[in-house]
Amino acid sequence: MAKPFTPKIVTANALLEGDVVYLTADDRWTRAIHEAELITDEDSARLRLIIAEGQPEEVVGAYLADAAPSPDGPEPVHFREEFRRTGPSNYVHGKQEALQDV
Amino acid sequence: MYDYTEFDAAFVAERNRQFRAQVERRIDGSLTEDEFKPLRLMNGLYLQLHAYMLRVAIPYGTLNSRQMRQLAYLADRWDKGYGHFTTRQNIQYNWPELRDVPDMLDALAEVGMHAIQTSGNTIRNVTADHFAGAAADEVADPRPVAELLRQWSTDHPEFQFLPRKFKIAVTGAENDRAVIRAHDIGIQIVERGSEIGYRVIVGGGLGRTPMIGKVLSDFVAQADLLPYVEAVVSVWNTLGRRDNKYKARIKITVHEHGIDEIRARVEKRYALIRPAFGGIDQELFTEIKAAFAPPAFREASTAVYDTARKTDPVFRAWADTNLAAHRAPGHAIVQISLKAHGATPGDATADQMRVLADLAKQYGHDELRISHEQNVILPHVHKSDLPRVHAILKKHGLATANIGLISDIIACPGMDYCALATARSIPIAQEIATRFDELKLEHEIGELKIKISGCINACGHHHVGHIGILGLDRAGVENYQITLGGDHTQTAELGQRTGPGFSADEIIPAIERLIDAYLHHRNGPAETFLQAYRRLGMAPFKAALYTQEAAYAAE
Repeated sequence: MAKPFTPKIVTANALLEGDVVYLTADDRWTRAIHEAELITDEDSARLRLIIAEGQPEEVVGAYLADAAPSPDGPEPVHFREEFRRTGPSNYVHGKQEALQDV
Repeated sequence: MYDYTEFDAAFVAERNRQFRAQVERRIDGSLTEDEFKPLRLMNGLYLQLHAYMLRVAIPYGTLNSRQMRQLAYLADRWDKGYGHFTTRQNIQYNWPELRDVPDMLDALAEVGMHAIQTSGNTIRNVTADHFAGAAADEVADPRPVAELLRQWSTDHPEFQFLPRKFKIAVTGAENDRAVIRAHDIGIQIVERGSEIGYRVIVGGGLGRTPMIGKVLSDFVAQADLLPYVEAVVSVWNTLGRRDNKYKARIKITVHEHGIDEIRARVEKRYALIRPAFGGIDQELFTEIKAAFAPPAFREASTAVYDTARKTDPVFRAWADTNLAAHRAPGHAIVQISLKAHGATPGDATADQMRVLADLAKQYGHDELRISHEQNVILPHVHKSDLPRVHAILKKHGLATANIGLISDIIACPGMDYCALATARSIPIAQEIATRFDELKLEHEIGELKIKISGCINACGHHHVGHIGILGLDRAGVENYQITLGGDHTQTAELGQRTGPGFSADEIIPAIERLIDAYLHHRNGPAETFLQAYRRLGMAPFKAALYTQEAAYAAE
């Protein structure tokens, strides 16, 4: 039996900077997971991934990652995605660095 | 050390020019990512979790002060002010941007460095004993052999599309500090009568199918080494499995065909290609050897050192732990720990790199080494200079006296950086080091190698750690498996799994229980953890890990 579909986001790395980006509902790439489009059905997920893969001049290695809804927007489900949206744990580098500057 | 010839410099400049154009074509859309990826990997550029990563080769771990200074410059100019030294004696920059990489490569070329063949299915950076040319127990300096192999393997037309990556390590001493039994080819310089030759070991490797290498030949004459190694790689290039990435390494080829069959094939191939090696390689080898002539060691009193050792307990602890025996009277090999308690194993800031460069220049015949254990070595320091060297190191957070102890941990970057990782390694290393520093137990525990990998690819060498830790993803949670009894030296062995793994919260207490069991059961302080494990076997350690943790074991 096929596994039931769980909500997804489209994520990738930016071509030039290499950092983590997410696809928004209005077809932009954002650095903030909360702004990502939470996709709730399989057909749209497939379509949104094809759209992402069609932008090699912007991003590299697009894929679908599990995400969960929250009042602020999508949240990571797996710890790998938690690290990707935060940065490494040994230094305040990556996304958490920008948050600290705010 | 070896200086680039005009040919080498022109070769690297041309490769850099090509890569710059490739990056431009990727950015303007003329190259797809599928087309670009193999090109960037050939130049050491990976895309990881949070950013690109540039892996720069440090051939056989040897650097001069100018090169180290340039590595610091790269860290400041294009990265976040630090670099990460790896278990293959390379350095990795974790934060470059794509547009900057060609400039980084040009800056490296200025000091005779590059990132060629630090990735891809090619012959990778040839590593060597980090005490090369200095060790008291050495038959000969392994670096000329490593340099000869580097020149032979760089852009070797037959070996650019191998079944998988291929790693060679060379040691000049019976005491193996280069992990040669866990390499695709391990070379040990040996003496037969008065003749120098090589013991060639093949088919070692860690990763998902760990294997200890087997002796292919006990003695290959000096003049025959290149054709012999070429025959080995050539046989594997034909036989190696391209149908399955996980069965492609030579260790599987040797395992599937048997060492005798491989030897027969190598000898046949060798007979065929040997005549093509007309002796130019030996002329080159003679030139290379001259470049590695030992520096002029001075004769001077070591009274200053003896006095400092007697009167300053901090210096004494450092000297007793971090120095190794040098071949020249009055000299020492200085091991500089990049494992300050709580710091990231193998990381050095740009400032620290410059301090290390200065020390090498002033006190160390302008030589530095990177060890596979992710530390830095000043191979040739006169003992009378050690108190000053120590004082400078101390000032810059580089005088941690823990070489070979429980906090001198090898750790791969793990899921803090690596796209392949299944769990984090660095925080586990940091917590173990911090915990045992708090307990003030590490000198009491003595020699102990903990090695941590964040996935089964085993960059952190966990299979050959006295205590190995492997981070896995178990149903969406980080989980750490423990192996015991691994050994990376001439008495190499793979560690044995203790049983079920531990969560990130549980792994530090688990290590503590293991150490308590060792301290309780050992014959005395002279019996190391590994010796105690070999005498006692798994049982007391397993009991310490699991019987006190019945709740966990029941899960």
